[in-house]
Amino acid sequence: MKPSDLLLPWRLMMMTVVSALLSALLLLCTGTVLAAEASVAVASNFAPVMPALAAQFERDTGHQLGIAYGASGKFYAQIRNGAPFQVFLSADDEKPAQLEKDGAAVPGSRFTYAIGTLVLWSPKAGVVDAEGAVLAKGGFQKLALANPRLAPYGEAAMEVLRGLGLAARLQPTFVLGENITQAHQFAATGNAELAFVAQSQVWKDGRLASGSAWVVPARLHPPIRQDAVLLLPGRGQPAAEAFLAYLRSDKARAIIHKHGYSF
Amino acid sequence: MTWLSAEDWQALALTLRLAAVVTAILFVVATPLAWWLARSRRRWKGVVGAVVALPLVLPPSVLGFYLLIALGPQGPVGQLTESLGLGRLPFSFWGLVLASVVYSLPFMVQPLQTAFEAIGERPLEVAATLRASPLDAFFTVALPLAGPGFLTGGILTFAHTVGEFGVVLMIGGNIPGVTRVVSVQIYDHVEALAYAHAHRLSAVMLVFSFVVLLAVYGWRGRPVAKGAA
Repeated sequence: MKPSDLLLPWRLMMMTVVSALLSALLLLCTGTVLAAEASVAVASNFAPVMPALAAQFERDTGHQLGIAYGASGKFYAQIRNGAPFQVFLSADDEKPAQLEKDGAAVPGSRFTYAIGTLVLWSPKAGVVDAEGAVLAKGGFQKLALANPRLAPYGEAAMEVLRGLGLAARLQPTFVLGENITQAHQFAATGNAELAFVAQSQVWKDGRLASGSAWVVPARLHPPIRQDAVLLLPGRGQPAAEAFLAYLRSDKARAIIHKHGYSF
Repeated sequence: MTWLSAEDWQALALTLRLAAVVTAILFVVATPLAWWLARSRRRWKGVVGAVVALPLVLPPSVLGFYLLIALGPQGPVGQLTESLGLGRLPFSFWGLVLASVVYSLPFMVQPLQTAFEAIGERPLEVAATLRASPLDAFFTVALPLAGPGFLTGGILTFAHTVGEFGVVLMIGGNIPGVTRVVSVQIYDHVEALAYAHAHRLSAVMLVFSFVVLLAVYGWRGRPVAKGAA
């Protein structure tokens, strides 16, 4: 081995360090012009999609995202009271519309970024059949769903049960999560045998990650329209506006679709 | 009655029932524990004291998460309750009681421990020379002398249970009349954008909490009664 071979990794490392330092310096000088950061409030059901989506967006545009997950109702209250979010991805279409009416969102910036899919899920294999007949058959103690008063997925689940004529009979088995994440958590920890969840929570790479599931046909409930809106602090912010535009791109839609949403 | 909805009243009644049951249980559980902590010279007394104080420091999300897993069908407590034929505790009133007993434990133990420590050895030695058995001395001397500690501990435990939120949210399942307590009901109102309802119920909680604290601090700050000297 020649001495220069020994030095090769060292040189490579030095080059990496120097270029990293240089780009950091460059970012410091020009960061405000070239790349910016947008703060985004995201409904919990969309949380499984965001890491992949944000990473792709950041790679493609150079902008950064600061993401907060939570219940849409909580975000609504916070935004009304001056929370500095620039973009809001809601779990429904009512809250973005209401924010626009309240004067907290930029008029005309609203659009549906995804339509959610409801799934009846059990963490155990062989519990939920492909037709959802387990609901009528019984044999479970607890059925978890998101609070229908608060969460569109809970409302949709109730609509399905009403349509099947099972709402009153299954009422005593209900346990309500404050949002769809908690409904999923109740089943994932084994405390409820069944749960109505968002497809995104149990889907991975285009198929069911574990357990058993019934993908509820869309005709059994009104569509779960999830709207995005540009909030006042985001007006004229390049990163915020770029992200909203990106959400409608084919690239973004492919990622969103893979997680179990339609358009 | 129109000021608060029927569901609000139901949540209030449930909350008061939960707080009363938890306070009663903790009087029984915490008294011997506090007595032992106040009088023991054992080396691992510090460990027990630290464990008792843990709920003061741990976020409710940690307690709720552990309880959800421990009480679940795969958890140790869950397997115990199922083998005893008690069923599962999450999403039930008694599940909330168990969680609240853990959560409010330091609020009962610490005032009692302080009260027992304040008594000192002397009155009990005197009782012993008068041929009182240790148990007799405990009930006729120590308990009456620790009266203010019991009052403070009882009120704080009751109030703290009423004010509980995070743990209940995580293991309650929001069932009306069973696990939907006032704090969760208010949270629901806020989330559902029913701010008028949230305001009313919140005002009730605010007044209640103030009155309770006034009772505790008023008691502590009152001039020493004449007969006490």
